[in-house]
Amino acid sequence: MSSRNKLFLAGILTAGVLSAPASAFDFGRPATPAEIKLWDIDVDPNGRGLPDGSGTVAQGRQIFASYCAACHGDNGQGGIKDRLAGGQGTLASNMPVKTVGSFWPYATTLYDYIHRAMPYPTPGLLSTDETYAVTAYILSLNGIVPADGKVDKESLPKIRMPNRDGFIPEPEFDPAKLFRRK
Amino acid sequence: MTSETKIESLPRPADVSRRGFVGGLSAGILAAASEPARAESLADIPDRGPGADLGAHSERSRFVKLDRIPEATPGKRNVDPSDAINSKTPHQKLVGNITPTDLHYERSHSGVPEIDPAQHRLLVHGMVQKPLVFSVEDLKRMPSVTRVVFIECTGNGWENWKKADPDLTVQNTHGLVSTNEWTGVPLKFLIDLVTKDKGSNWMLAEGGDGAGVDRSIPLTEEIVNEAFVAYGQNGEPLRPAHGFPMRLVMPGFEGNLNIKWLRRLKFGTAPWMTRWETARYTQLLASGKARQFQLRMETNSVITHPSGMMQVQPGYNRISGLAWSGHGKIAKVEISTDGAKSWKQAQLSQPVLSKAQVRFQMDWVWDGKPTKIVSRSTDERGNVQPDRQSFIAAMGTNALFHYNAQQTWSIDEAGRVRNVLA
Repeated sequence: MSSRNKLFLAGILTAGVLSAPASAFDFGRPATPAEIKLWDIDVDPNGRGLPDGSGTVAQGRQIFASYCAACHGDNGQGGIKDRLAGGQGTLASNMPVKTVGSFWPYATTLYDYIHRAMPYPTPGLLSTDETYAVTAYILSLNGIVPADGKVDKESLPKIRMPNRDGFIPEPEFDPAKLFRRK
Repeated sequence: MTSETKIESLPRPADVSRRGFVGGLSAGILAAASEPARAESLADIPDRGPGADLGAHSERSRFVKLDRIPEATPGKRNVDPSDAINSKTPHQKLVGNITPTDLHYERSHSGVPEIDPAQHRLLVHGMVQKPLVFSVEDLKRMPSVTRVVFIECTGNGWENWKKADPDLTVQNTHGLVSTNEWTGVPLKFLIDLVTKDKGSNWMLAEGGDGAGVDRSIPLTEEIVNEAFVAYGQNGEPLRPAHGFPMRLVMPGFEGNLNIKWLRRLKFGTAPWMTRWETARYTQLLASGKARQFQLRMETNSVITHPSGMMQVQPGYNRISGLAWSGHGKIAKVEISTDGAKSWKQAQLSQPVLSKAQVRFQMDWVWDGKPTKIVSRSTDERGNVQPDRQSFIAAMGTNALFHYNAQQTWSIDEAGRVRNVLA
């Protein structure tokens, strides 16, 4: 162990005596706003993180046929990978069918997931508008967006998914109660 | 060891003694290895002599065959590796508490990326005063912690939700949990380096795999004190399958939270509701509602010797298995050899570590009559591993994840050990 690390451990062990031991040395380098923007891809349920742009169901149908249907089936009815449409009303049965329409609580998650992880062989291939379009098409397959519909960063967070109230937080980690001031 | 290659060919009582003891390991395990010569008398032992040259690596004996098995969802076993979503640890062939590195279970959502550590960076940002970028070398220069912990996929045990396929091994039923020693930088140290805002209580952790797997993590006191960013695994750099060059280690919590190929930590005020914490790792109850943020792994145990597809002989047997809890240390493990009618306390290998698997064992004399063996663990917080019936009554059969009901193995009059629900 280097003497520098020993100094660190000393700082940790005497926490309260030495203030802010970690910041006393330099580790790493500052992240620039431009590079943070490059990696800061997450989208939350309020729509924070959604980019400018938009896509229609009609555009999404074409893109889905080219990049998604091979795994998810025509109309998202399932294939070698997850079924994306249908399944409403099955969750309490012995054969629940969990799809975007029957199970996913937030439409924003759909944009986020397509953008970060799909298409499986080449994630990141779709443009912002194409990602919105595929999102709109999958939502339309589930009757959540009309066939002539369009989604963007304003409309997506406002969509109320059919199973929005279908989740019960584990009490120990319930976001609504955790960290609440006593 | 030669005669036990087929489980159907039952040894006669006269065969018991020595080979009977080894018989528990048979069940096709040794069948693939080369046929060893018999050594009934010391005179049969081969002469000594110079061995192989010393090498850069020490390999397993050619007489030992240890493999993970790639599998998919419940019931989809023996799949082509390209269709596998996980690869399971062969607990039926292992001893002790630590899983060999190459046999640690794996769950990857978009394959195993090949990452050059020189081209890997960790971005820590969000509600912080100083967003920073770290290299692997940066992390290695920081103060480190080393800790033995289990990591468990929430899908562990999922084969038995609805039915028990009798032909499953413990590798099939419980191969998605392993215990390794991990080394890395305390999360607390990184939080201090970037000077996290006090108002931030949730952290997004994101991987550098094709799926960019990301999870929201509540910054409870326990998690802030125990989580770390690991670069070491059993004394060496992480294996690629386990997150090389760096991963999050979250002792006691869902395997999926232990983000592999970690490349981003972002601080915020609420969960991001990622695909994995909404559509995937939530537990559908009988009511049709799903339990969410069930982040901690439960009190659990399983008998590994004897276990599914093995064969026992009447007389002396040593029962052995593994117990673990995301709540802390295992306090005791009890074993029933009469189908959960009566229980005896097993011995635990010492020292018992918090949030790590511990080996338990107990002597048993089998009278040769059909029976069922089962283990149940209790942790230091008093959590008791539930029996199957009460577990299913609470969770239904659709939850898919977080199965920790007691595992029962039935033994028939021929000594065949099989997977049953209870």
